[in-house]
Amino acid sequence: MAETTVKYEKTKGLTDKPLSYCPGCTHGIVHKLVGEALVDLDILDKAIGVASVGCSVFSYEFFNCDAQQAPHGRACAEATGIKRVLPDNIVFTYQGDGDLASIGIAETIHAANRGENITVIFVNNAIYGMTGGQMAPTSLKGQKTTTSQDGRDTDWTGNPIKISEMLATIEGVAYIERVSVHDPKHYLKAKKAIKKAFQYQKEKKGFTLIEVVSTCPVNWGMKPVDAMKWLSKEMIPVFPLGVYKDKGDNHES
Amino acid sequence: MPKGITYFDHEKCKGCGLCVEYCPQNILYQDKKTLNESGYNIVSVSEPDKCIGCAFCAMMCPDSVIKVEVIK
Repeated sequence: MAETTVKYEKTKGLTDKPLSYCPGCTHGIVHKLVGEALVDLDILDKAIGVASVGCSVFSYEFFNCDAQQAPHGRACAEATGIKRVLPDNIVFTYQGDGDLASIGIAETIHAANRGENITVIFVNNAIYGMTGGQMAPTSLKGQKTTTSQDGRDTDWTGNPIKISEMLATIEGVAYIERVSVHDPKHYLKAKKAIKKAFQYQKEKKGFTLIEVVSTCPVNWGMKPVDAMKWLSKEMIPVFPLGVYKDKGDNHES
Repeated sequence: MPKGITYFDHEKCKGCGLCVEYCPQNILYQDKKTLNESGYNIVSVSEPDKCIGCAFCAMMCPDSVIKVEVIK
């Protein structure tokens, strides 16, 4: 038998508990990325996660590190408290768009403005998942949801809110990148970005946020593979990928 | 001679089909005759000899079902 090496296996950054997400939901992929980044940087034993409300409410059971669960939208506020008491730990929040971009937008903006040295993993799938597919602030123009059955009317409800662009204008922010996980190439790019964000936190550079453009096959009413195609065709033009802020090594924006 | 070997933790599979879609060799298929305990059609390899060990299937699996080994 020829000699073999392991190319890919389940990361030690996640527990053995089966994920509670629907089939084909990219939350699972983003969980893996966070776990892999924590293991690769050897900070898993120092990491403290803050789970949000929504589909990712049980993420504290899946990340193989200490974790808290915050009230709806308050993950950044809770992470602030944890980081200030335990400055040597690596603190991250894991939030969806209903949590971060809607009810939690004040906490997020103020945490960024204070330059809190925390990392935010923001999963944007343009819809409220757990509550039954209602329109989110990030829903696309014309997108059909249970609360916008003729498609989102931007005259009445505004345009999709662009968190990365908005937060990039804030002084205390060290690093913001919008990534996607719709194919293996973007998976690897997203992993690099998440690792960089944790590295910046280790170096005490300030607030870091990685927005991951994601799918919600069930509430979009699509098969997982079709949802990935819809993401790249419809969502990425509205939420362009890329680095929105990078203070870099010399603390310049 | 295959370049890679895939191992599936079938009980965790939710049958989403993302691995099947992203396999560049098109050697994965959903086995419509076999269900796991949760009632999902599991994924199998049709031609294991063609595996190139790229691990695209494992990367895109949301439920960490797949382990990939590369043959030296």
